[in-house]
Amino acid sequence: MRGLLTVFNKELADYLISWRGIILFGFVLLTAVFAIYGPSGALQNIRGELSAGSQFGTTQFIFLKLFTTSGEGSPSFLTFVTVFLVPIVGITLGFDAINSEKNSGTLSRLLSQPIYRDAVFNGKFLAGIVTMAIMLTSIILLVSGLGLSMIGVPPSSEEAFRLFLFIVLGTIYGAFWLGLAMLFSVFFRGVATSVIASISIWLFFAIFFGAMINTLAPISQTLSQQEYLRNVGVQITALRASPVALFQEVTTVILAPGARTAAETWQLQQASSSQFVGGSLPLGQTLLTIWPHIVTLIGITAVWFAISYYKFMRDEIRAT
Amino acid sequence: MSALTKQLIVETVNLTKNYDDTKVVDGLNLQIEEGDIFGFLGPNGAGKTTTILMLLGLTEPTSGSAHIAGYDSTREPLKVKSITGYVPEKVGFYENLTAAYNLAYTARLNGLPEELVIKRVDEALDVVGLSAVAEQEVGEFSRGMKQRLAIADILVKTPKIAILDEPTLGIDPEGINQMLDLIAKIARERKMTVIMSSHQLHQVQQICNRVGIMVKGRLVVEGLLDQLSSKAAGSKHAAIEIKLTETTPAIIKAIKQVDGVLSVESSDGVLHISCSRDLRPQVAKAIIDAGGLLVEMKIQSYALEDIYMKYFKEA
Repeated sequence: MRGLLTVFNKELADYLISWRGIILFGFVLLTAVFAIYGPSGALQNIRGELSAGSQFGTTQFIFLKLFTTSGEGSPSFLTFVTVFLVPIVGITLGFDAINSEKNSGTLSRLLSQPIYRDAVFNGKFLAGIVTMAIMLTSIILLVSGLGLSMIGVPPSSEEAFRLFLFIVLGTIYGAFWLGLAMLFSVFFRGVATSVIASISIWLFFAIFFGAMINTLAPISQTLSQQEYLRNVGVQITALRASPVALFQEVTTVILAPGARTAAETWQLQQASSSQFVGGSLPLGQTLLTIWPHIVTLIGITAVWFAISYYKFMRDEIRAT
Repeated sequence: MSALTKQLIVETVNLTKNYDDTKVVDGLNLQIEEGDIFGFLGPNGAGKTTTILMLLGLTEPTSGSAHIAGYDSTREPLKVKSITGYVPEKVGFYENLTAAYNLAYTARLNGLPEELVIKRVDEALDVVGLSAVAEQEVGEFSRGMKQRLAIADILVKTPKIAILDEPTLGIDPEGINQMLDLIAKIARERKMTVIMSSHQLHQVQQICNRVGIMVKGRLVVEGLLDQLSSKAAGSKHAAIEIKLTETTPAIIKAIKQVDGVLSVESSDGVLHISCSRDLRPQVAKAIIDAGGLLVEMKIQSYALEDIYMKYFKEA
């Protein structure tokens, strides 16, 4: 425990104070500003909805729209965080965790101190997770603050809780990328190799995976209804293999209570065979909907962690 | 001090390590007494580092056992690590952190209370002469400074035994001498046992009282330096090293004329004389007769060097 806390403190300070930390926080700041000013027309959309909605009394969850509204030709804050920010931060925090210590000769000095070996690994992982949580919290607070001054509507308690949930789940999702990057840092001796490996996996899921599925099971108007439905089903199932898509579904359901998971929309469409228009889900139902996703994300993260932990513990310190 | 009252601090019994099918360390039986400065000699790849790693419990032996101060290195590695200071061959520090912070980290990992951390770090930096650069980032340090910082790093935990793997590697001759003096001083003042691995015989001879030569995983020679050196008297070769206040060609000529002297070489103000037997009295007389003033004179153990060179070439 003693060793774990010492390693944790040092690594956390390292993450927050080093150039790496400063650059990451700059990135966070940019993302926040982008979320408010970036999607052109987004704010106008929200304002428009606000005035239109108040006429009909349906201004529910207007504050959350700050995070989910996309502008013309640019993604929403949510998409940006899911696809870019969290994976990049996770990979940046973890890609050199073990191999850089091996290469610089600090690891053997560290391991010759009276601490358990896993204290080093766990301490680093924990420090990464906490850094991730701090970043997500600051970005949510920044966007909330900026947004509040722009639209003038404060968040309701449920909205605040949903944002809090987003931070928690975002941290878990971040732990997934952190764990992956650390896995490569245990397996590859070269720091460059582990960066490339992590980035390849990220790019694969962020960009190529969706395109690949689209090619395998295309969705277009020319298909017969049967084929169309089959392909939608295939796409939904296949997308579930991607952590990016998984988390995207989770956060969409949390931050846009009117949304459903793709599968549900599909089922509802099949059942009613008409365009389905849904109302907002209460928080409990939201959680119920995304529970499997969350468990899966935690599960894969645990697998990464276990593999790298095992490898790190079994790795023999050798004379070179 | 009789040898009987001394405690064994390091003891290995048939310590063996195989990597795949090659025996890196082969049935090593090593005994080091408390207070020894043990020179662990051997060419590169002889198994010195692997032995050290097994002593520290960082690598598991294939068979046999290692004990430090009575603790089993494999079963109680934390106890072993808390009384052992280790300087790895390619010692590294966090380059973006200050020297003081690096040492404080070690102190904290050893569970020292916070008020003691600062005190120990200051003390350790003072001993190795790095107090002035305590707040500088280690990335700006020279190789020699890093090596001294590594010594400070083990002082912080005030170990019973220090294991230094090639502590003089890659530093300049002056730095090497400073380093060796530092190690000898610390061992003496803090009554610390030191194991120092090296592949340079003359460095080990400068400060060690006990040496072991390891070749291909086996300890071929082991014993007190004095005893090993005294064998030189019986050998057919001897080497004498002398320092004079001033070296003149006339003196060198006078030495060469002594019966039995084979060659005289001068380097850095030190004369290396190779002769057929121990000719110290005769050489001394020749120097004085030629008007030279003798500052230092010592005989080198040719027996040890012979053994060492023989194996070194084979490896």
